[in-house]
Amino acid sequence: MSTTTTTSGAATADAPHGPSVRPERRRIPWGRIGGWICLVVILLITIFPFYWMLRTALSDNRALALEADSLLPAEFTLDAFRRVFGLTTLEESLAQGGAGGRINFWLYLRNSVIVAASITIGQVLFSAMAAYAFARLRWPGRNIVFALFLSALMVPGIFTAIPNFVLVKELGLLNTFPGLILPTFFMTPFAIFFLRQFFLGIPREVEEAALIDGAGRARVFLRIVLPMTAAPITTLAVLTYITAWNEYFWPLLVGQSDDVRVLTVALGIFRSQTPQGSPDWSGLMAATLVAALPIVLLFVALGRRIVSSIGFSGIK
Amino acid sequence: MAVVTPPALPAPGVRAPQRLRPSGRPRGDLRAAMVFLLPATIGFVVFYLVPAVRGAWFSLTDYSVLAPPQFVGLDNYRRLVEDPLFWNAMGVTGYYVVINIVVQTVVAVGLAVLLQRMTRSILVRGAALLPYFVANVVVALVWFFMLDYQIGIVNVLLGKVGIDPQAFFGDPALALPTIALINVWRHMGYTALLVFAGLQTIPPQVYEAASLDGASAWRQFRSITLPLLRPVLALVLVVTVTGSFQIFDTVAVTTGGGPVDATRVIYLYIYDLAFAQLDFGYASALSVVLFAVLLIVALVQLRLLRAGESDNS
Repeated sequence: MSTTTTTSGAATADAPHGPSVRPERRRIPWGRIGGWICLVVILLITIFPFYWMLRTALSDNRALALEADSLLPAEFTLDAFRRVFGLTTLEESLAQGGAGGRINFWLYLRNSVIVAASITIGQVLFSAMAAYAFARLRWPGRNIVFALFLSALMVPGIFTAIPNFVLVKELGLLNTFPGLILPTFFMTPFAIFFLRQFFLGIPREVEEAALIDGAGRARVFLRIVLPMTAAPITTLAVLTYITAWNEYFWPLLVGQSDDVRVLTVALGIFRSQTPQGSPDWSGLMAATLVAALPIVLLFVALGRRIVSSIGFSGIK
Repeated sequence: MAVVTPPALPAPGVRAPQRLRPSGRPRGDLRAAMVFLLPATIGFVVFYLVPAVRGAWFSLTDYSVLAPPQFVGLDNYRRLVEDPLFWNAMGVTGYYVVINIVVQTVVAVGLAVLLQRMTRSILVRGAALLPYFVANVVVALVWFFMLDYQIGIVNVLLGKVGIDPQAFFGDPALALPTIALINVWRHMGYTALLVFAGLQTIPPQVYEAASLDGASAWRQFRSITLPLLRPVLALVLVVTVTGSFQIFDTVAVTTGGGPVDATRVIYLYIYDLAFAQLDFGYASALSVVLFAVLLIVALVQLRLLRAGESDNS
């Protein structure tokens, strides 16, 4: 576990005969206790909403008002999930305190998987190819083109979203999967930038040896570069998947119809349809849980890798 | 792995020059580069470059999607100057960014220092990061429920300590700060980890020397941590401020811009103009202005924080 020998700890760590040992060594470490209290409070605030989502999703909607402060589900039931997945009849839904509208989150879950998976596969592969060309191949104008690609990072999404919407409409792709997927299928500036950093770190000698052995660039890329950078590529794939899964703005513009509607858009619609007087809170929380759970699981499975990838190591 | 034996007919003869050291300047890999770049370039040109040019063009037209764009010169920009809703949206967005960024940065730096001094646990860091990976829409709805006037847990708890329930989303004075703080909740762990990564670059010897000299923890934070962290902090701020200006999802699923335009941020206003009123020309002009504002804000920040220079060197 945490050996607490961080930078500050080093000064107070056991050094029985060290001259630097301070006389107040036996004092109660108020600073540390205060620090832990702050940390625990912040973590509680961070985690509690997730628990509350689960607790409410497992509650009976009509019982929620009476047991608003109950830490456990108010009259435990799975009805909210049955409503969200369209397993109840209209009468049943209304009797359970749900909304009248028919919803089927299985469909939206499927759509989200299709969209996020397609975007991830295309974007990671094509961005990796481009990143390799920027990191390892020598060609005139390379730095200018790279700067141009990167400049797209500064452009606010809505600036290109309006013309992109017009384009997708002109192509007749409104309310289709290609319309949802294409804009981020080929590249994002971030993906190229991210992978280029790692490709730059591969020793040239390895590649050169393969080239001398007569391997082409494609072969070097597929057989040497990609396997050697499998870890950062996995990290990028996870980040891309999560970003695509969570995207709300673009699907809201081009993917309103039921057969391509993704979870985020469905949640927004569910929320706006919920009756003013007695909202279907447990249904809404069940639906948000359905949207959040795959990401939380992915994060738990691969979190270590993601956590250590956060930082500006790429820039500085 | 590729185990191509050398005698096996050396592939394309053009590769021969590359066998020399890189300093030998072979004739370059232009052909290979073109192949490798093709898909990404298609994506860049079709979905970034051309739309950017088209967006700028739309901003000079009257365009409702149903009929072709009509060139109107700078009319859209003139209209914008006199549009009270535009200025309201800019004001609301600026207010949002200030609350969001100030609180978020303070909390994140504090959390980063705590993480660094208290624990190496990756579990703790992972927990702090978790909200960032959950969709805005999910975060917004969970807090929408927790802050509900009648049965939201926050108001229930407030009631227990004798405070009247607050209409967090219904009160014009509270709605925007509420949304700003919800997004602080979502982003603070992520921002803290960025700062945390910056903290790792400060050599521990500096702190050891300072504590030998008797500097208190607070003094060390002010005189060592903050100055040495400045370059990283500048980059973090540029990234978070740029993101903060583009607030949309949380507002769209909770207040929808109300009450009485108190949360009608610029993104939402542009969205309404384009996709509810089909006023694509004017909406494009607003997004051009937003782009310009973002660029200026980023440049000013880099200037003020002298991001390029490190006190470290």
